Amino acid sequence: MSGILTYALHYEGAFNKNSLGAVSEGAKLAKEIGGEAAAVVVGGDDLTDELCASLGNYGATKVYRVKGPEGLGAPVVDAMAKIIGDDGYSYALFGGGLLGFEIGAGLTARLGAGVTMEVTAVKAQGGKLVAERPILQDSAIVDVDYVGEPGIIIGRLNAFDVVESGGGAAQVVDVEVSFEEHSNRAVMVQRGEQRGADVNIEDAEILVAGGRGLGKAEGFELCESLAGALGGAVAATRAVVDAGWYPYAAQIGQTGKTVAPKLYLAAGISGAIQHKVGMQASENIVAINKDANAPIFEFCDLGIVGDLNAIMPKLTEAVKAKKGG
Amino acid sequence: MKICVLVKEVPDAAVEKRIDPGTKRLDRSGEKNLNPFDTHAIEAAMQLKEGGAVSVDEIVAVTMGPESAFRALHKAVSLGADRSIHLTDDALAGSDVAATGYALAKVLEQEGPDLVLLGQQSDDGECYTIGAVVADHLKMPSLTQVIKMDVEGDKLRCERQAEYGYDTVEVSLPAVISVGDAINEPRYPSLKAIMGAKKKPLDTKAAGDVGIDAGKVGESGSRTAVLAINPPPAKDAGEIIEDEDTNETVEKIVNWLEERKLLA
Ligand SMILES: Cc1cc2nc3c(=O)[nH]c(=O)nc-3n(C[C@H](O)[C@H](O)[C@H](O)COP(=O)(O)OP(=O)(O)OC[C@H]3O[C@@H](n4cnc5c(N)ncnc54)[C@H](O)[C@@H]3O)c2cc1C
Ligand SMILES: Nc1ncnc2c1ncn2[C@@H]1O[C@H](COP(=O)(O)O)[C@@H](O)[C@H]1O
Repeated sequence: MSGILTYALHYEGAFNKNSLGAVSEGAKLAKEIGGEAAAVVVGGDDLTDELCASLGNYGATKVYRVKGPEGLGAPVVDAMAKIIGDDGYSYALFGGGLLGFEIGAGLTARLGAGVTMEVTAVKAQGGKLVAERPILQDSAIVDVDYVGEPGIIIGRLNAFDVVESGGGAAQVVDVEVSFEEHSNRAVMVQRGEQRGADVNIEDAEILVAGGRGLGKAEGFELCESLAGALGGAVAATRAVVDAGWYPYAAQIGQTGKTVAPKLYLAAGISGAIQHKVGMQASENIVAINKDANAPIFEFCDLGIVGDLNAIMPKLTEAVKAKKGG
Repeated sequence: MKICVLVKEVPDAAVEKRIDPGTKRLDRSGEKNLNPFDTHAIEAAMQLKEGGAVSVDEIVAVTMGPESAFRALHKAVSLGADRSIHLTDDALAGSDVAATGYALAKVLEQEGPDLVLLGQQSDDGECYTIGAVVADHLKMPSLTQVIKMDVEGDKLRCERQAEYGYDTVEVSLPAVISVGDAINEPRYPSLKAIMGAKKKPLDTKAAGDVGIDAGKVGESGSRTAVLAINPPPAKDAGEIIEDEDTNETVEKIVNWLEERKLLA
């Protein structure tokens, strides 16, 4: 059998938006190259018949349900290797995210397959798939072809659109998988811990985001003053969230939130791909960075090369004066 | 406990990286450096060794790369590794992620480490995947992007940020852990350590020495092929202001925002 097997990540009874994008993309591609559009889910009792079958709305015709631990890569590798071994899929597809990378990589090793990561588009050509992958800080895009089967495609966050194609319920098939010994040697102790205050940034039309260039936790006061003057909220990069300078709930990017406000003002942020994927759809991007070579200057609308410590306080005052007047 | 740290030589970030249009591979000429993300992996190994929670007998730096890559190993031993292994062979040139991970796993298999540490990403390849590829070949549990790691008996308690927040995962040794750059602040090598680096043992190995199946590596053994390299879609260049007079800069920003009705 040919076709595409997509991994769908879920958490607390709901599918991840990126996974729904991948399932939609898998369905579209399966139509183009022929074969089944299937999905695989691994987890506990929250994977109800109804939840699994709902992937049919996004074009999956079959959903393999496997009982196993959640939030870890290796059990899913075991499951997908078995399903591909038994039913023979030509491609394995993943949305953007941390687990997709780990599972895709593990499956690559297990099956001796080819892998492409950070894929932003997939083309069907002569019954096969070709993956487009930006490289070198998005300065070039390579077209990657697969030699032999299966081919493993790991998408970039938000690369695949979620499409409700209106298909009916997918067929749900239970598969029993005996996990490898090493897959049982990683155990989840605590999942999804929210560190720091629960701030809301998703409804803000204006975001002032701060990065490591703020120098220290107290540097966020500059962002808060400016956001206050502009009437917006404050966001952050992973670097400063990991450092404990700002709450996780305010993090933008691959393992944080995706936003598209009217204005995104980035202060002391380099513009790494994993940050960019969460904010590049913003209407207006302004960046303040002292390094003229920072990647963020490649995709901002207004870039200021300078020291944020000098610029931000004055900018805050000027905005206040303008709005007050 | 024996720790192997995977390190890679990469083009210096300050130098523009480019693709060789002939071979469709990264042009690796020019200034080179130890992949900055790997210095965090070496530091993590050193902190385990110095931390006292576990006795670390040996830290071994391992790289696969062309002849020049020994320089990354010199850096690694100057940062504290005890010895190093350089896997280098013409047969390995052009290996993709899957082939590289397989080849590195063969070296590690021979070493039999209790813990393999590596960086979250290579500065040039940016694949984020070598760790999980290596781990599956070695049949070891693995985690990527780990920013906190504590030894508890024969287990590691690891923390990392994943899709839904911070996860804490217990992994039993032997294991493969790729560390995020927030895990530590790498030390600088002392002048003495830099001078002494060349005296620490460095083993050079060819593919055959570690039992690598030549059919699975190199360009011909790779399961992906680059068909074309294209420029990204054209995007209107943003406006750039160099801040010379901050009052003037601020006025320009305010005008720009006002034109777009963002100060309403
Ligand atoms: C799997 C994975 C997932 C990730 N997920 C995310 C994610 O969800 N979100 C995210 O943001 N990142 C994420 N990252 C991390 C990402 O790769 C970057 O490391 C991170 O975004 C960098 O944050 P930063 O821009 O704050 O820090 P840096 O990259 O250190 O940049 C700081 C910038 O500040 C500038 N600067 C310094 N001082 C000043 C000054 N006085 N004035 C002006 N500018 C100054 C510097 O020039 C520099 O460009 C992820 C990485 C991986 C591998
Ligand atoms: N050729 C190599 N030799 C040794 N280690 C490597 C090599 N390529 C990648 N690595 C390791 O794998 C990590 C992740 O690289 P990558 O998956 O290419 O982003 C790096 O930080 C290194 O620790």
